[in-house]
Amino acid sequence: MSVASAKLNPVSPAMPTAEQHGIKEHSDGRFGYVPVQTRSARFKSVNVADFAAVTGREAVWKFSPVARFTDLTAGELDGSVYDYSVTDAPGVTVDWVDRGDPRIGTAGLPEERASANAWTSFERALAITVTGEDEKVLTLTRENLGSAPRAAHTIIEARPFSHATVILQNSGDARITENVEIILGDSANLTVITVQEWNADAVQLASHFATIGRDARLKHIVVSLGGSIVRVNPAVHLAGSGSDTELLGLYFADAGQHLEQQVYVDHIAPHTRSRVTYKGALQGKAARTVWIGDVLIGPGASGTDSYEQNRNLVLSEGTRADSVPNLEIETGDILGAGHASATGRFDDEQLFYLQSRGITEDEARRLVVRGFLSEIVQKLGSKPLEDRLHAAIEAELAVSEGN
Amino acid sequence: MSVLEIKDLHVSVETDQGTTQILRGVNLTINEGEIHAIMGPNGSGKSTLAYTIAGHPKYHVESGTIQLDGEDVLAMTVDARARAGLFLAMQYPVEIPGVSVTNFLRTAKTAIDGTAPPIRTWIKDVRESMSRLRMDKSFAERNVNEGFSGGEKKRNEILQLELLRPKFAVLDETDSGLDVDALKIVSEGVNRAKENTGLGILLITHYTRILRYIKPDFVHVFVNGRIAEQGGPELADRLEDEGYDRYLVDTNVN
Repeated sequence: MSVASAKLNPVSPAMPTAEQHGIKEHSDGRFGYVPVQTRSARFKSVNVADFAAVTGREAVWKFSPVARFTDLTAGELDGSVYDYSVTDAPGVTVDWVDRGDPRIGTAGLPEERASANAWTSFERALAITVTGEDEKVLTLTRENLGSAPRAAHTIIEARPFSHATVILQNSGDARITENVEIILGDSANLTVITVQEWNADAVQLASHFATIGRDARLKHIVVSLGGSIVRVNPAVHLAGSGSDTELLGLYFADAGQHLEQQVYVDHIAPHTRSRVTYKGALQGKAARTVWIGDVLIGPGASGTDSYEQNRNLVLSEGTRADSVPNLEIETGDILGAGHASATGRFDDEQLFYLQSRGITEDEARRLVVRGFLSEIVQKLGSKPLEDRLHAAIEAELAVSEGN
Repeated sequence: MSVLEIKDLHVSVETDQGTTQILRGVNLTINEGEIHAIMGPNGSGKSTLAYTIAGHPKYHVESGTIQLDGEDVLAMTVDARARAGLFLAMQYPVEIPGVSVTNFLRTAKTAIDGTAPPIRTWIKDVRESMSRLRMDKSFAERNVNEGFSGGEKKRNEILQLELLRPKFAVLDETDSGLDVDALKIVSEGVNRAKENTGLGILLITHYTRILRYIKPDFVHVFVNGRIAEQGGPELADRLEDEGYDRYLVDTNVN
């Protein structure tokens, strides 16, 4: 694995090394230990046994209710193939492939135990292969995953110059830990939208790894509405010069729901651009959301243009939103890098303004929430999906008004 | 004929320093079709009067009444006041991200009328009002007040005034921050609305400039939370020459 990780994340000259400090490893223990600081230097392995049991104190787990999914981090998983349905799209194929498929492991490697457990356990990977320069939309639906703990591995490969939107639509029961590898060839233009509308007790721990070729563009959108615990962590490696990514997220946590996303953008090549915007609403007792946004601008990523932001709208008492933006810059030659995070209640002045135009308070609240979240919905680029999500958000609001 | 009647209105506001008394006994009656200008120095309570009529929760009515055709306005919620026929054009309209002007206008019109406006005439009405206010068509698809310049925000307020057709409108420093061209366009909009619907207007302003374009029937000078003097349009001319110093000296003596 170390070979693969070195390929993905070349060791930064800005990182302190033991040699540089004249330190040698002693037989008496860890005298020469240099703490891991850079995001790209995290330990990676595809073997679950390489990770210690999850305690909840680890950086990647400290916001998560780890006791509620020990079956996924420590238990045996069903790695067999499962039912899915898929719409037709010209130039796009969907097949089960063997673990030996050369694409596996090229977009990223597990950095935590649930991801590694899935990697160790999956029997075959579901590969979505996109070809053809004409734009097309493919929807892959999973709704019969069942409630036994399971592993899955998905590959989405966009061949050079191909153009498509892939919608991963998730509903029904699930207890799943999975990895999704997204591989963009040079100049490919791919949108991946993953929609989580699971049943109320579902648990999903997903790691998405993407690597983007020269001048290619990935738009990645996470929409999490239904499920008990939903954790979708996208890591995007801007490996090709001029590559570009827009990472969007939309989530609405109700009472007792835990919705989490740890976003990582790794600027490796020069002239790369990234935009991260995640927006969430929280309503009801113990509604919980977590957003961590790591951006690493590596030593070779001159001319980087990067911005990340997270906004949370708190609609009732008893909710908690964690928002942690992190930015590491290892080159001075960048166009821009910034981050923003804000979590707040309704703006009373907005409500007053709408009410002063005759709109009732309930309707004014609905307008404000819908407006807040629609910034993301408007960017989905699929009218049927936009309409459906607007309706789903309305339904979330209606449920909470009934409480 | 509609009438808006304010009697002995006392209003306070909570600040970090405690409760501050702002309005100290305001009496004012506005009939349909009349234009009343309220002029006064900064801090005299002009905007407080505007926001109290609209029902902003920050302002507490200690005593006094506001009645619209005999109905108790103070007992109504903010939205009920608007549906009863009151309108406030705000000095600093807020941005509503993600809500388009089109959607907002239709939602407000539906709320005020109780039924959705017939789609064809409504679209035509909106388009015509916008073009008369020299608002580009693209405004309709933009989010309410988001990224609007000061002048664009004011035009958007007057657009709503024209389309929602209230019985009484309070214009809170609608002239502030407008260049002369924008001031003319906005004033024309107000005059047009009055011609079309015969509404009563309470025009709050610090300067006499807007009174060149919107002719008041009555002028009230507001000082220290109450009306210190009232008269016809000639009073505005006198204020233009003399300023507010005369009144401020009087209140200090009190």
